[in-house]
Amino acid sequence: MTEIRRLSVRHITTYAYDAPQSWGLLRLRLTPRSHRFQRVLSWSVTLEGARRELGYEDHHRNLVDLASLEPGASTVIIRCEGEVEVTDNAGVLGSQGGFAPLWLFLRETPRTRPGPACSALVSRVMAAESETLNRLHALTRALAEGIVFAPGATDVASTGEEALAHGRGVCQDHAHAFLACARAMGVPARYVSGYLLMDRIEQEASHAWAEAWIEGLGWVGFDPANCICPDHRYIRLATGLDYGEASPVSGSRRGTGDESLSVHVEVAAQ
Amino acid sequence: MAFLHDIYHRQEIVRAGRLPAEMVARNDAFEPRMIGMEPPGGVYTHVVGIDLVRTGEDEFHVLEDNVRTPSGVSYMLENRETMLQMFPELFTQNRVKPVSHYPQALRRSLAACAPKGTAGEPVVAVLTPGLYNSAYYEHSFLADKMGVELVEGDDLRVVDGRLAMRTTEGYKSIDVLYRRVDDAFLDPLTFNPESRLGVPGLFDVYRAGRVTLANAPGTGIADDKAIYSYMPEIVRFYTGEAPLLRNVPTWRCSNPQELSHVLAHLDELVVKEVHGSGGYGMLIGPAASRAELAAFRAKLMANPGNYIAQPTLALSTVPVLTRAGLAPRHVDLRPYVLVSPEGVTITPGGLTRVALKAGSLVVNSSQGGGTKDTWVLED
Repeated sequence: MTEIRRLSVRHITTYAYDAPQSWGLLRLRLTPRSHRFQRVLSWSVTLEGARRELGYEDHHRNLVDLASLEPGASTVIIRCEGEVEVTDNAGVLGSQGGFAPLWLFLRETPRTRPGPACSALVSRVMAAESETLNRLHALTRALAEGIVFAPGATDVASTGEEALAHGRGVCQDHAHAFLACARAMGVPARYVSGYLLMDRIEQEASHAWAEAWIEGLGWVGFDPANCICPDHRYIRLATGLDYGEASPVSGSRRGTGDESLSVHVEVAAQ
Repeated sequence: MAFLHDIYHRQEIVRAGRLPAEMVARNDAFEPRMIGMEPPGGVYTHVVGIDLVRTGEDEFHVLEDNVRTPSGVSYMLENRETMLQMFPELFTQNRVKPVSHYPQALRRSLAACAPKGTAGEPVVAVLTPGLYNSAYYEHSFLADKMGVELVEGDDLRVVDGRLAMRTTEGYKSIDVLYRRVDDAFLDPLTFNPESRLGVPGLFDVYRAGRVTLANAPGTGIADDKAIYSYMPEIVRFYTGEAPLLRNVPTWRCSNPQELSHVLAHLDELVVKEVHGSGGYGMLIGPAASRAELAAFRAKLMANPGNYIAQPTLALSTVPVLTRAGLAPRHVDLRPYVLVSPEGVTITPGGLTRVALKAGSLVVNSSQGGGTKDTWVLED
């Protein structure tokens, strides 16, 4: 029997700047799109201290919004709220996705460049398993064990290789290490950002995992941070070659002073 | 055009096995961010400068397809201006088609590519990297002759979801940006984050269909020198017809068999970098010294995929006035082609580039080449 679940999300991102900002842009990938296993029932993105300039679909078919800071803003609040109905597909998404050719997902990026740690893991997994699917499951298990959840041990620029070599990181690092290894095995793979329903409602951050292309199945999700394949607790927000192409919020500003970022995520089952 | 749309959408030509996937996949000129994008009016290459050479009577070859930001058109206009002043009688004796309307034709062609929903006369602007760029003169010349603003990245900003330029009366929207800045420097938020020449968020405005970039980003995949060798096949695939102009036979050094041929005949061939331009990084076998050949052989073997080779062509010559009197010099011809939804316009003239050194086959101005006025006569 297919399991369907209705999840509600509240995701609040707050930037506080030391000094009022004269100019700045934010690129938001904060709108999930509906597909076979995910139906967006309602969704809103509201901004405080910034205004939406435009929206478009990018080359990974992500829904992107560009927003500009209100002149003089010293705080920006991005509030996402909505309800999404998710179907359990045991991680198998099939062939959905735009015109991007599969070979694109074999490309190394700075964050997913394999080093000695990833290469060693790839050799081990390749020797132990012969089927692609089994290899990716083995990879997922190895990364879940090999990278201990340790917030603050890495940052947004860290590579999967660094996280695996030091054995510490967060879901983003698990995903990057997975991509580095899967691509090194010749398997097209992409980064996914989104939300995960956990035992507790309040979370420190949105989630990240990976998807790999397997002949005959299409795109299949793997969450090495939790050592499972995504099910009806996962909402996909955006995909890309790495964090840089799928990050929920990125931007640039011209103004003095430091910024502090706080993220508040609530995911609840209805 | 059909090729570029296909490459950034279904890639039928690759599926059909007529162009190997790795020619695209391993090509730095392929811009993934253009995937799935419909450029306004369906136009990718608004301004094209094709380099033609004449190798015999009625025998022309396409040497290069320049579809990124071809330059040199200001020389075409200035050369004609100079000739009209120096030899006005020539133009009464001969029925030479005028080229002076080029800036107006360019402006009209660009305006015809404005995004859907543009209200009134489209606003066109020329984006230059600035005063220190070698083609700055041409940028300011063309903006001036078209009667449009010449802008730099710092003058532009995303305002109300549009690209806008700072004016004395506040920000004013731009519909078509004739950009003479390379892809990588267009938008630091999207491409090279170190770029100070571009406009943050410009690509977002483009992707949202609210501004036209001429030429479109990612067009380099169509003038890349390795793709060039497939151009006859590409023309046949999309038109079902043989190309009217021949390509120069080309060996792809990425292919081991072709590489060994090139290495065996290095002293007879011209070898070029796949992404090179301006006559840099190339070898002209017959003119090279032994040491130069050896050095180039090492470079070629270290990274064969980066090179293509062609026979050394017997380029046609024109007379040039030297200290010793008239002397022949090799030339090539770059006509300028404008593309819009209203059609394709070929300027009746072009840039004839001259290698000023006796015997030299390198005509690039960056290598000391000169230029000549070029006539197309009325029938």
